[in-house]
Amino acid sequence: MRDPPPAEPPSSEVTPEKTYLRRRELLKNAGLFAGTAAAVAGGLHLLGRKRTRPVERFGPDADPAVLPVVKGGGPYDTDEPPTPYEDVTTYNNFYEFGFDKDDPARFAHTLKPRPWSVVIDGEVHQPRTVDVEQLTSWFPLEDRVYRMRCVEAWSMVIPWLGFPLAALLQRVEPTSHARYVAFTTLLDPEQMPGQRRALLDWPYTEGLRLDEALHPLTLLATGLYGRPLPNQNGAPLRLVVPWKYGFKSIKSIVRITLTREEPVTTWRRAAPREYGFFANVNPAVPHPRWSQASERRIGDFERRPTLPFNGYAEQVAHLYTGMDLRRFY
Amino acid sequence: MASSPTPWLNPALVVGGLSPLLLLAVQGPRGELGPNAIEAALHQTGLLALVLLLASLACTPLRLVAGWTWPARVRRTLGLLAFTYAVAHFLVYAVLDQGLAWSALWADVTERPFITVGFAALVLLVPLALTSTNRWVRRLGFPRWQRLHRLAYVAAALGVVHFVWRVKKDATEPLVYGAVLSLLLAIRVGEALRKRRARAAAAARNPA
Repeated sequence: MRDPPPAEPPSSEVTPEKTYLRRRELLKNAGLFAGTAAAVAGGLHLLGRKRTRPVERFGPDADPAVLPVVKGGGPYDTDEPPTPYEDVTTYNNFYEFGFDKDDPARFAHTLKPRPWSVVIDGEVHQPRTVDVEQLTSWFPLEDRVYRMRCVEAWSMVIPWLGFPLAALLQRVEPTSHARYVAFTTLLDPEQMPGQRRALLDWPYTEGLRLDEALHPLTLLATGLYGRPLPNQNGAPLRLVVPWKYGFKSIKSIVRITLTREEPVTTWRRAAPREYGFFANVNPAVPHPRWSQASERRIGDFERRPTLPFNGYAEQVAHLYTGMDLRRFY
Repeated sequence: MASSPTPWLNPALVVGGLSPLLLLAVQGPRGELGPNAIEAALHQTGLLALVLLLASLACTPLRLVAGWTWPARVRRTLGLLAFTYAVAHFLVYAVLDQGLAWSALWADVTERPFITVGFAALVLLVPLALTSTNRWVRRLGFPRWQRLHRLAYVAAALGVVHFVWRVKKDATEPLVYGAVLSLLLAIRVGEALRKRRARAAAAARNPA
């Protein structure tokens, strides 16, 4: 027995050639459309190249070492809610590791904060070179919750751990000629790859007038949120001067020199019209490119007015009586 | 238009071109743009406005150099996308960043050259976007329309200056865009000179 031949579909069901070709054309165009749209979207995304998340996630649990805090709740603490740890440690300006805000968190792992020696010299009776571990063991660590105002008009609230710079200065005994304190960051392009490009005059340097350096608000910080400083925040030792713009608070310090003359500071040398030696937070003196009258607290939607001396006027304004703060910005 | 050999091209550009903007609008409110979402949105919209504007300016040079015809068909779409991003950039700045504080906005636009040039670039793009239709090409007549739309080069140059002035120290990236713009302009100027010389030569051969 032979099977009957398979029945051909009636000719009415056969797709007309024209429709068949149009469908192919349509499919082809749909494919080209999708491919082009995806390529354009991807290309623009790459060019916009804004990483929305840092590569590594950080959290207070990342480093189990807890620093022993001796004193907390000092008279200068702000009771404003602290900026989340993740934001404090992933949104940084630290050009030694790159220019984007999340570059330091991504690339600062090359920094080796221990062992680390700090030179203290210049106009002091007791110059010395000391390992940072020993240096920090000399002083009780204090918890200080400070506002931090960046010159770029954003701000944070950061619980620092550290000790007053004044304690260290008193220990090395400034001479009667000492009028300024100069600070220097590590110079090592191996550890700080950003230094391979001469965009700033490396190493980063900063300075304070001696009375500013001796002010009890001025802190040498070794930690934040109860933990040792993450590299991107300036491990192992950094300055914190809460009434000045953030760039004054120099990170990863290797040298502290007391001087007779006003030290040359990095940003002032790079752009003297935009960044002065004093750099006190001042809503009345705009940056040439933007207003300093208000700021965005990281995590907030609305801007808030910027306060003179970042809200520390009561403590520090007397340091500048008689000075024209428009001239000495 | 109906018989375009590539009917998918412009729709694909619109969808692909707008997707970064849509992504920002989705990620922003969900807190996925990092610690400073407004700054991230500001930078990305500004950068893409400049990129798309340069892409639209590259269409004619591409036709001149490579002989391709398709760039001419996407020029308007690219220009309008650039305008869309420029407007988004301005809105992020004025509404989200400055909270529509008029006195602060006014001070920025009038006193800070960095903002002034950026704003000027946006203002220059407005008449170009408005006259981007075929009807407007006919109404103005092609030569006049063409002359008007050369303003796109001025807007792009202002955009590059705005970008250079924004970065604190490393101007490499904005200068790359500046170099691209210079190259595109050089090709156009070269072509114009070549045409003029050809016309002069033709006139010399056939004295009136």
